[in-house]
Amino acid sequence: MLNDQITMSSDREPEMLRDCACVGSNSKEEHVSSSQLSRAGGTRPAARGTRRVRGTMAVSVSAALFAAVLAGCSSDSSSEEPAGGPEKSADRGPITLATGKDTTGTIQDQLDRWNKDHPKEKVTLIELPESADQQRQQFVQNAQTKSDAYTVLNLDPVLVSEFAANQWIDEIPAGDFALDKMLPSVVETGKYFGKQYAVPFNTNAGLLFYRKDLLDKVGAEPPKTWQEMKDTCAKVAKLPEGKGVDCYAGQFDKYEGLTVNFSEAVTSAGGTIVDEQGKATVDTPEAKKGLQFLVDGFKDGTFPKSSITYQEEDGRRAFQAGKLLFHRQWPYQWTLANATDGSSKVAGKFGIATLPGLDGPGRSSLGGLNLAVSKYAKNKATALDFMKYFASEENARTNLEVTSSAPPYAALYDDPALQKKFPYLATLKQSLDTALSRPPVVRYGDATAAIQESASAAMNGKKSVDDALAEMQKNLSAAIDEK
Amino acid sequence: MSVITPTRRSPRTPASRPARSTRRAGTGRLAAALLSPTFLVLGLVIGYPVVAALRLSFQVSSESIDPETGFKVTRTSFGLDNYSTVFTGENFLRPWWNTTSFALASVTLEVLIGVAMALVMHRALRGRALVRAAVLVPWAIPTAISGLLWKWIFNSEGVANDLLNSKILWSTDGFHAWASVVIADTWKTAPFIGLLVLAGLQVIPGELYEAARVDGASSWRTFWRITLPLVRPALVVAVLFRILDVLRMFDLPYLLVGPRKHSVETLSMIAFQEMSNLRFGTAAAYATVLFAYVAVVAFAFVKLFGADLIGRGTRSQR
Repeated sequence: MLNDQITMSSDREPEMLRDCACVGSNSKEEHVSSSQLSRAGGTRPAARGTRRVRGTMAVSVSAALFAAVLAGCSSDSSSEEPAGGPEKSADRGPITLATGKDTTGTIQDQLDRWNKDHPKEKVTLIELPESADQQRQQFVQNAQTKSDAYTVLNLDPVLVSEFAANQWIDEIPAGDFALDKMLPSVVETGKYFGKQYAVPFNTNAGLLFYRKDLLDKVGAEPPKTWQEMKDTCAKVAKLPEGKGVDCYAGQFDKYEGLTVNFSEAVTSAGGTIVDEQGKATVDTPEAKKGLQFLVDGFKDGTFPKSSITYQEEDGRRAFQAGKLLFHRQWPYQWTLANATDGSSKVAGKFGIATLPGLDGPGRSSLGGLNLAVSKYAKNKATALDFMKYFASEENARTNLEVTSSAPPYAALYDDPALQKKFPYLATLKQSLDTALSRPPVVRYGDATAAIQESASAAMNGKKSVDDALAEMQKNLSAAIDEK
Repeated sequence: MSVITPTRRSPRTPASRPARSTRRAGTGRLAAALLSPTFLVLGLVIGYPVVAALRLSFQVSSESIDPETGFKVTRTSFGLDNYSTVFTGENFLRPWWNTTSFALASVTLEVLIGVAMALVMHRALRGRALVRAAVLVPWAIPTAISGLLWKWIFNSEGVANDLLNSKILWSTDGFHAWASVVIADTWKTAPFIGLLVLAGLQVIPGELYEAARVDGASSWRTFWRITLPLVRPALVVAVLFRILDVLRMFDLPYLLVGPRKHSVETLSMIAFQEMSNLRFGTAAAYATVLFAYVAVVAFAFVKLFGADLIGRGTRSQR
């Protein structure tokens, strides 16, 4: 081994000598630069000419970099902003649509239709990561650098307050959009301080998926209340087929899904997370009953122990494997659980209902996506026109048909043809009618962290329900009040 | 230098000295000029961000909502509030302990397994090339991907529970979550230590072992007296790199267990959390404290074990 190394280094010696020797006959300047380059790079450049070029290139590249950074700094301080909101702008031209990864692969088709009719105002699709957190990250970065790269933003509704308060998105002329045809609870998610900042593109609400075959066996109806649900579970557990089937699961891992499920438990018990005045209200008796339901579920075995780690897909796997009697899930599970390619053991054996509550039907949290215009964008007149097209009822219908995403338009839920194709539409509309948006807090990141922190501590049994809610009330209030 | 005849040299002697030094200075200037792009780039990509982050960490911002418009009003001033946030409250000791315990536990395991791997790889056995390549596979997988792979393994219905015949919910808060991160990290980076130690093993002359055998030393004694001391320089550098790496660990616990899980939350994760909630000052303060901590640990380590980072050779340690 030692020998190897010696021969290796002795091999290299003549090469370096040769290098110096051939350079020695040239000018002294050349000598320094070439030997340094060859030492640094470790390779012998073929011709001396290229060395010079490389050297100058390095200088010019670094100079360009420096200039770019300086320019970046100066543009930051001078903050040249496009004047006025979109309604005042008459600028037209090419724009972009920034949206989370298009898992359906249909957005480009919709843009192509628009681009065909508007050759001078083309819309380019910018796909962002799939995860909502990373999308927010990109949107925030874009706003912080005051970049005009994103024109129309496809925002998670919970971000509307944050973006409006930071003045990263413009107010929208509400009259230009058919908001009155949309479900009121959904339109509400685009508002901040009574002004419309975003237009619903699609929406979403939770549904209760249940095993119809097992419920029929015990002669039970889909439950309206938590107690009914537990009673039905007890009956099914006595069936031979009920072995290994757990009662209920939602999304209980410590992530955004827990915020959704906790909010639903509280609103389904008649409480709120944040009241009309924007004050935190999780120290109320209703909130206590909501959290108690989640805590008891783990204590008395209504929820499987492993569901404390469930996100959407974990729960879906359990439901499709026939291990869950009831499952709180978004509508996307309908198509997947009905797949007859063998991936689902419950295809055709399940039904859907609205979420159960404490004394009656529960209330879901809203999901979905809202369209907004970046404050720093160009060509805002085109942006508004495009949004009118993109959020139109016709486009929403196409989207429902092709991707089964829930439209914000009320009429589509009553359309017989669509109802036939998507039997869950009527139930989904019932769920949407009473659904509430997650707390519209400017510092939503802190608010959702406060909710997840305390709720999971209670569900893990590390804190009593009262302590957890007192702590949540404190932290949520702090997040709302700002520093 | 070209040949200069003595006759021409002698009359010029008084003048030639300044000329030579000018030329040397000129060469120095030229070298500086040629290196300046490198320094410029280094200054821009390393110097400026460090200084900017340090400055940011002293920038205290207070936010309020304008009751009329609902717009956020931010006022900034300079002070030590960010650092007092870092050093008070529950958010300090826990990540501090997590960061340190990850470093201690996983580096210890990695050294034991890595050295064992190196010894196996060093042995001239059949299929040595295959063993070496196989050992390096975990190291070649990006951390993010390995985090996701281990997430599947530690799923409640995953392989880990199946093999252990247990029902541990790995991704919930607790010691098991901490352990799962240590296991995944060890799996990934033990080969790194193995590889560096292997490089160290290969420069140990065979005569030493022959001499030891002649003297009748047991293989255990040979390991302690010959292998370990001679492989130490390589091992110490490898361990130092690993410690620096683990102290700033972010991706593995973030992906494998998830954000805001107390038992695996490291200082970098808290800095990230603060940053994504737009509290850049606090985030910078956390990052600066972490920077200082890593620097102190690295310094102490170099002092204690004499890691040879700048290539002085092994002489200085004696």
